[in-house]
Amino acid sequence: MKLSVSGLAVTRSGRPVFSKLGFTLESGEALALTGPNGAGKSTLLRILAGLLPPTAGSIEWTGGHDDAPFSEEAHYLGHRDALKPALTPFEVLTFWRSLLGQSALEPLAALERVGLGHAAYLPSAYLSAGQRRRLSLARLLVAHRPLWLLDEPTAALDQASETMFGGLVVDHLTRGGLAIIATHTPLPIPTRTLSLRASA
Amino acid sequence: MNAFFALIRRDLLLATRIGGGAGIGLVFFLMLVTIMPFAVGPDMVLLARIGPAILWVAALLATLIGLDRLFQADEEDGSLDLLRMSGLPLPLVVLAKVIAHWLVTGLPLALAAPLLGLLLALEPQAMLAVTVTLLAGTPALTFIGATGAALTAGLRRGGLILAVLVMPLMIPVLIFGISATSAALGGPVPFHTPFAILCGLGLFAMVTGTISAALAIRASEA
Repeated sequence: MKLSVSGLAVTRSGRPVFSKLGFTLESGEALALTGPNGAGKSTLLRILAGLLPPTAGSIEWTGGHDDAPFSEEAHYLGHRDALKPALTPFEVLTFWRSLLGQSALEPLAALERVGLGHAAYLPSAYLSAGQRRRLSLARLLVAHRPLWLLDEPTAALDQASETMFGGLVVDHLTRGGLAIIATHTPLPIPTRTLSLRASA
Repeated sequence: MNAFFALIRRDLLLATRIGGGAGIGLVFFLMLVTIMPFAVGPDMVLLARIGPAILWVAALLATLIGLDRLFQADEEDGSLDLLRMSGLPLPLVVLAKVIAHWLVTGLPLALAAPLLGLLLALEPQAMLAVTVTLLAGTPALTFIGATGAALTAGLRRGGLILAVLVMPLMIPVLIFGISATSAALGGPVPFHTPFAILCGLGLFAMVTGTISAALAIRASEA
């Protein structure tokens, strides 16, 4: 699988965020997006996720399912964690597993993997910020999607969870997946880096 | 199809848990209908005559109460982004959410109507007529409201704008709902004529409401 982006530009409310952005990423590769606040890291991830239309440029995805739109091949983990306080982690994962398609791990197995097995049946309202983050990461494991788009995934994670996160990404990459990770802190895995500059 | 029912199931689950808001519309409906006899006075004949109209107007207002949260909750916590990336086409996401919303807000109104009819001195036949017309009419109201809910999903205090946007579109449903009810209680028009139009409005709202709400959600980001 291969993702090629070329000449990508986006303007938000009249202000150019970035332009002429291009890169390619192949199976097994991870790309770290760095840059100051407001440089467009989150915007780029949202465009790749199909949630925002770019102003110009093209995104090409080859080697995936022919009939599926590109955004259905990607997992998106944004700042907002899409968790309902009233639902338990088990219910959250069961729901996303049936909604996202391409089922992978069972909800309980995914929770064990991120170290939340003991909290499976507690309402999510009782989870700490770091635990909520880990639950969001568990969502990436219940459905198989080759491209991971992660927006500051290590925010609120402790040292041990960061190592666990590194393991998840490495597993994903060795299975031929791709990952694009916006971050401010060094990641626990080897990546290529794309630096976005703040636009004037 | 599995994903479609999973979404309905989740929304029903959320509505019945703490903070879900199921029942708010029903309580509002109850309050509106209860204060009516006090305002109108103890004139049983008058109450029985305007009773169906009171129930219909109260049901319409009660429908508006919960609509603003239809997409807003999922928009706020980012769930809507993920729903847009799921395998389920956006119109089907809308359809599932509206069906779940109607099951917890619209259906209870229709079922409670005969009980509240007692307060308004309705004849049994009138209670039946109001219940049947509300069963056919409340889905139309919810589907019309869905477009407004999608347009105002990103607004903090979108409730009033939503009501102003969708209220005019709900008036035909109100007109045919009440004329079907009065036709059932005797009148020059046979019951099935206005009732068929009411059902037609419901089907029309289901198609246009689902598609336009999906378009509104997609446009809100651009």
